[in-house]
Amino acid sequence: MDLANKNLALLFEISGIPVYLTQSLLSTWIVMAVLTLGAIFARIKMRSFSPVPSGFQNFIEFAVEAADNMVKSAMGDGFGALGGYFFSILAFILASNYTALLGLRPPTSDISTTLSLALLSMGIMHFLGISRRGMRYFKEYFEPVWAFFPMHLMEDLTKPISLSFRLFGNILGGVIIFELIYELFPFPLRFVIPSFLHAYFDLFVGALQAYIFTTLSITFMSQKASAN
Amino acid sequence: MDSTAFVMGCSAIGAGLAIIASIGSAIGQGMAASKAVESIARQPESRGTVMTTLFISCAIIETTAIYGLIIALILLMANPFVGQLP
Repeated sequence: MDLANKNLALLFEISGIPVYLTQSLLSTWIVMAVLTLGAIFARIKMRSFSPVPSGFQNFIEFAVEAADNMVKSAMGDGFGALGGYFFSILAFILASNYTALLGLRPPTSDISTTLSLALLSMGIMHFLGISRRGMRYFKEYFEPVWAFFPMHLMEDLTKPISLSFRLFGNILGGVIIFELIYELFPFPLRFVIPSFLHAYFDLFVGALQAYIFTTLSITFMSQKASAN
Repeated sequence: MDSTAFVMGCSAIGAGLAIIASIGSAIGQGMAASKAVESIARQPESRGTVMTTLFISCAIIETTAIYGLIIALILLMANPFVGQLP
């Protein structure tokens, strides 16, 4: 049994350090291609925009409004541009988690994917805090007394770690459990029993973790950017 | 005794011990779920809000168990001690 993220091909070298095409990188590219083609398809379909929505346009409007409402209910007005960001994050993580259903290795079972997503969210959080609140943002690090400064710093350090490890651990745990399950059962049973487990570990946990990641990012941002 | 085998065996025991961290998260999730059921029984119309909050808080409580799992996985798959043997 081999649980490692296998190297498929050598891509290029940066000053002697080889960069490999791994299984998770390949499925990242597949997810990116699917999402990009879906976005282009939606854009072309929306050319024939009708004031009374129906069918596909109804679905797109529902999705966009749901993302906008999620941001608005947590952060208030004035953050409309963030709806698109969170919609993309949610779509990417959801599509990544569901690649496990196709037998691919999910991109989110790679710590580099989840850590970069978490660091992106944290970067936007600090940027919003500084641009919206100015010096009051830095003042908050010394409240209620200056001795709390190391604690606030530690909080900022642990936020991306907990965000990324939560997603990574859940998805990698699912991958390992399925490797063990498929080893355990003889050939004909492999088509029956694991499908019930796929429903829980891939469909339910995948959707839940995508939602959790997005909701927690919104909560962190609203704490930093729109606190009074 | 072969020192590599000893280190790897001890790492496997450590991985098993690291998973004990999930006891706390299991107790916490049980308490959260029991409180959620109580509040739904008291106010059935608030079911949607309570369920959403329960899912989010369960995922946050789960983080402790995930840290234990990650330590176990590091010990099993990317063992940092075997490479330091003389």
